[in-house]
Amino acid sequence: MSIVSRGFHGRREPAAADLPPGQYLTQDFPVLQAGPTPRIDLDDWRFTINNEVGEKYSWTWRELLALPSERPTVDIHCVTSWSKLKTSWQGVSLDSLFEDVETAADHAFVRSYGGYTTNLPLEDLLDGKAWIAYRFEGEDLPGEHGGPARLLVPHLYFWKSAKWVTGIDLRNDDEPGFWESLGYHNYGDPWREQRYTDD
Amino acid sequence: MHGDGFVDGNSAAGMFAEALGLDITTAVVTCAGCGRGGPFAETHVYDQGPGVVARCTTCEAVVARLVRTPTDAWLDLRGARSVRIPLSQ
Amino acid sequence: MTRTAPVRRRTPWLAARVRAVRSETSVSRTIVLEVPGWPGHAAGQHVDVKLTAPDGYSAQRSYSIAAPPSGDLVELTVQRVEDGEVSPYLVDELLPTDELEVRGPIGGWFTWRPSEPGPVLLVAGGSGIVPLMAMVRERALAGSTAAFSLVYSVRGPSDVFYASELSAADIPVRLLYTRVAAPDRPAGRITAADLPPSADAKVYVCGPTGFVEAVSEVLLARGQDPASIRTERFGPSGG
Repeated sequence: MSIVSRGFHGRREPAAADLPPGQYLTQDFPVLQAGPTPRIDLDDWRFTINNEVGEKYSWTWRELLALPSERPTVDIHCVTSWSKLKTSWQGVSLDSLFEDVETAADHAFVRSYGGYTTNLPLEDLLDGKAWIAYRFEGEDLPGEHGGPARLLVPHLYFWKSAKWVTGIDLRNDDEPGFWESLGYHNYGDPWREQRYTDD
Repeated sequence: MHGDGFVDGNSAAGMFAEALGLDITTAVVTCAGCGRGGPFAETHVYDQGPGVVARCTTCEAVVARLVRTPTDAWLDLRGARSVRIPLSQ
Repeated sequence: MTRTAPVRRRTPWLAARVRAVRSETSVSRTIVLEVPGWPGHAAGQHVDVKLTAPDGYSAQRSYSIAAPPSGDLVELTVQRVEDGEVSPYLVDELLPTDELEVRGPIGGWFTWRPSEPGPVLLVAGGSGIVPLMAMVRERALAGSTAAFSLVYSVRGPSDVFYASELSAADIPVRLLYTRVAAPDRPAGRITAADLPPSADAKVYVCGPTGFVEAVSEVLLARGQDPASIRTERFGPSGG
């Protein structure tokens, strides 16, 4: 049983907005990273979707920017408990990228420059639920927040929105990613508070 | 938020002591990536995210990861070829 | 199936009660805690501090111990981090008789013991002075004559912790200001010229990561044996 410290409340503000359980609002944008910010030359940047039979679909930076983009405004929720509401992004919907991709796979394994990985069901990337985002709040996405481009999947905890994204492997079996293999929930729905493996 | 992104193994020592009952700072960790060894205290530690990630100071490969959930500590030492723990202080 | 007893952890959370508080600078304060059952500690070690709110929410931070052990007393110096979650409470709210929890002592790498003969060069950036001050105080308490030298970089004179104690110390203390000019030194970050010769010394460097990286680079560039350098990097929430 912990000792209660008189007058200590922590950072929580009363939630005026409708937040997932256990979250608090933040006005800033904390930088959380598992390693150094990768330095990526835009001439070398690639985003590649590998399907379950080894076929590759690849885009260069110029090709990505030439695709139709959207400007989603979304709420984001980090498993470390902060939430940020109405963040504005610009990016390419995964629906656009998957238009010509042939696949019968159910699982997506996301890879980033620098080695970070995360996994989610393919259906959670489609139907307007995810983007490859390269602008944030009207500016080029800064390196510390995942630039040049990151995955944006706001309906799941933000560790699934892989910074410095470089590709997606489509798989018939589910492979847990960087945090999913070390105690974090495999799916990560903030509204059901699925933070950890046993939740 | 750490301005340079990382601190060092000293900052993770409490969590490792809780999970393993030992002082990890003086352990000599040999990187499975590049083979260079050094005290865990000197590894580059990223601890502002969902867990603690310790990286080799020479090649930046992950040598150790630790997550603390409300009920458990999860540890991954695959990035270390070996961990040498001094038994007499 | 046989039940086995849980393995006893060597670092449980201990109840701590505030004995005294005293200001160091306008944004920092020394907190003296009574920790019944405190096993003692070496200069340079730190504790984890845990605060729990009435609804069960808790937050933890690490703080270096500022002074040698004295019975059950553990002394910390905490600097308020802007928008911090824990340090503003410790610096602005905490009062004698308040309670919290500590775990430790932690970290056997960044330590100095009087049995080590020296010489020793201590290089502190900002709140990195805290564990190094524990070493200075340990040396004095033990009556050690080890050759100590301290270089302490802060923004300006009003940011110096332990100012009067350092001015009376029997070891050379070099104060550097990054934002304020001094009679013998323009304002600016630490450079090689600020560090006394240290080829024979054990060097302890503590402060923000950028500071520690810069000082380490300077030392290595002038031929310091890497094995003679010990470092502790603070984030803004770690001091």
